[in-house]
Amino acid sequence: MGGKDVKLGTMKALILVGGYGTRLRPLTLSRPKPLVEFANKPMLMHQIEALLEAGVTQVVLAVSYRAEQMESELRAETDKLGITLTFSHETEPLGTAGPLALAKDILASGEEPFFVLNSDVICDFPFKEMVDFHKAHGKEGTIVVTKVEEPSKYGVVVYSDQGRIEKFVEKPTEFVSNKINAGMYIFNPSIMKRIELRPMSIEKEVFPCMANDAELFAYELQGFWMDVGQPKDFITGTSLYLKSVREKNPSMLYTGPGVVGNSLVDPTAVIGANCRIGPNVTIGPGVVIEDGVCVKRCTILRGATIKSHSWLDSCIVGWKCVVGRWVRLENVTVLGEDVIVKDEIYINGGKVLPHKAISDSVPEPQIIM
Amino acid sequence: MLVKAVILIGGNQKGTRFRPLSLDLPKPLFSVAGFPIIQHHIEACVQIPFLKEIIILGYYGVSEMSQFVGEMVQLYKLNIRYLQEFEPLGTAGGLYHFRDQIRCGNPDFFFVLNGDVCADFPLIEMLEFHKTHRETQKAIVTLMATEATRQQSLIYGCIIENKENNTLEHYVEKPSTFISTLVNCGVYIFSPEVFHQMANVFNKKQMDFYNVENGSSIEREALYLEKEILMPLAGTGKALVYQTVKWWSQLKTPGAAIYANRHYLNLFRERRPERLAKSVQPTIIGDVYIHATANVHPTAVLGPNVSIGAHATIGYGTRIKESIVLAHSRILDHSLVLYSIIGANSEIGCWTRVEGTPCDPNPDKPFAKMENAPLFNDEGRLNPSITILGNNVTIPSEVIVRNSIVLPHKELTRSYNNEIIL
Repeated sequence: MGGKDVKLGTMKALILVGGYGTRLRPLTLSRPKPLVEFANKPMLMHQIEALLEAGVTQVVLAVSYRAEQMESELRAETDKLGITLTFSHETEPLGTAGPLALAKDILASGEEPFFVLNSDVICDFPFKEMVDFHKAHGKEGTIVVTKVEEPSKYGVVVYSDQGRIEKFVEKPTEFVSNKINAGMYIFNPSIMKRIELRPMSIEKEVFPCMANDAELFAYELQGFWMDVGQPKDFITGTSLYLKSVREKNPSMLYTGPGVVGNSLVDPTAVIGANCRIGPNVTIGPGVVIEDGVCVKRCTILRGATIKSHSWLDSCIVGWKCVVGRWVRLENVTVLGEDVIVKDEIYINGGKVLPHKAISDSVPEPQIIM
Repeated sequence: MLVKAVILIGGNQKGTRFRPLSLDLPKPLFSVAGFPIIQHHIEACVQIPFLKEIIILGYYGVSEMSQFVGEMVQLYKLNIRYLQEFEPLGTAGGLYHFRDQIRCGNPDFFFVLNGDVCADFPLIEMLEFHKTHRETQKAIVTLMATEATRQQSLIYGCIIENKENNTLEHYVEKPSTFISTLVNCGVYIFSPEVFHQMANVFNKKQMDFYNVENGSSIEREALYLEKEILMPLAGTGKALVYQTVKWWSQLKTPGAAIYANRHYLNLFRERRPERLAKSVQPTIIGDVYIHATANVHPTAVLGPNVSIGAHATIGYGTRIKESIVLAHSRILDHSLVLYSIIGANSEIGCWTRVEGTPCDPNPDKPFAKMENAPLFNDEGRLNPSITILGNNVTIPSEVIVRNSIVLPHKELTRSYNNEIIL
């Protein structure tokens, strides 16, 4: 068998955690984005657990310039989880490629390839399959691509039948391809020759050169994929994820009274009588749902309370919120941490900052400070 | 002594701003605080000593009014009749046309109450006032008046009163510039001498009709109380002004019905507390009227200012506030109804939100009356107002209907905001 015989167990991974996650505000005003719970588990942990399961032994978190506070919060959380992580922290902005150079000592210490992941990505992580594919073509880099319905919103990847990438087209004006960069890569350590320790864009400066040198291949992702970095996609991503749970591990899903479709409910949550839960709802630890509540397509984070007879559709309710009785929330309303919504309020597409008390309805989408 | 009362109620061509509630039911019979609008008038009249008869005048068909009149007679044990004008005769034409009916029995005075106002009618006090002042003044009419704001006065009949002898100095109906903050309430006491006045005006009009070639016969016999009877009396000393500070409002729009609902329920609390709901289950907040045959789940929370009509069904965990729910309607589990009128025999599904916007008087201005905003704003959008469901409307579960008007017999399939749904 040709090519290097890669022992998966010594591979490393770099997760590009980035900065303060402004697109996921108001949730990220209270916690760093990687620690916001997606399907009742911090987003970062979805990735780390999949990596660990695939035999990766060392994970480096690349934290952006000026994100010192986030690093210390992340460190505190991951220490609690008992995982050894290394933090790589920029002292000046390094773009999307620079962080690799910063972590060179770890990533390129051996000869085996390493993973690079965008921290907002949720999917059925195909890490073992990626390694096999990468080994088989034997070139310098593999990019995971995924099929999307509206490729023109993203950068599109054009590749041959064997997977050799020919070019990238940013936001095409005519249909070119429906495959986009899914934000997951495997690189050989030799890629470091292409990256300098300065602000560098991997998509604009590194990948096109690698494509020209025929060193870059595309691995087609099977199954669902979502960039959950903003609330609307976070909610859609949850539905896709729960559908995948239904296929792989249906016993995890909620089967209590009033359930509709796929939902995940933490065992410490309390749900009242005559409720309707689901489809596509995740309910976190310590959440209290009182009688007669209808929740659909929502994420209810730890410690929140939803009082009787309220109706929620396509919302994210932040940690420790209290939503009153006969409240109607819809249209990607996001309540930050510790928000109180008084009885009988209607919020349509509101983004409410933390610690706010809402006593007037918000009938049209707006930001409530 | 013998006193009568006349309640003027107009007909279908009038009161179009009360649609869609008036599409199937004469506006005067619409229930506010659990009772038809003019039943509140009748109850006020019944208190008057020596009141011997109430005549309801309008041009609705007799068949539309007969059941109501029959019920009123049974209830109050008083002569109550409905007389139908053969064609719209204006605000005084009906009085003149039926003068023999009104004069029959030789009443000393007769009240005339406008059917589209609502108030804490101070009829006994007004009668005392008319009796005493009339001696000195030989007055043939007393008008009830109230304060409004400068700006709002322009939509009413404006009164200038001589404060020394309470006579009417000057009267202008809906002036284009400010005249006075004192406005006409549409409640009068007349002495039967007023019919001479009316006869003069009427005969002159008939002469004009005959003298003019090809004269229009439309409204030939119509007489207008404000313009043709009251205005000429201004300055003559024959018209008196009785000013009241008690609650009074016009009742022209469904929004006004919600406002009147609140005030009439509040009056019940003072005068007829037995009419208000007192239970622990369902939970009652403030003033709430529940018809004896209504079916309200013990977990419902009702009020303040809610009226529930006969045979209505109010479901598990519902919340109703500042609203009127008419007979035979069904509001299903967990729903919320706020600042709305739910027409008879309508149905609202589960977890549905029906909400309107009140048009209350400006709390910062003394004597401010209800806002009488036009239906549409300058951009052609519906002005936020009370949500109204006509009768037999069906609203599905889990939707929101906000600031909208739904015409009768409509079945909605989705949410609506700020729309008229035909």
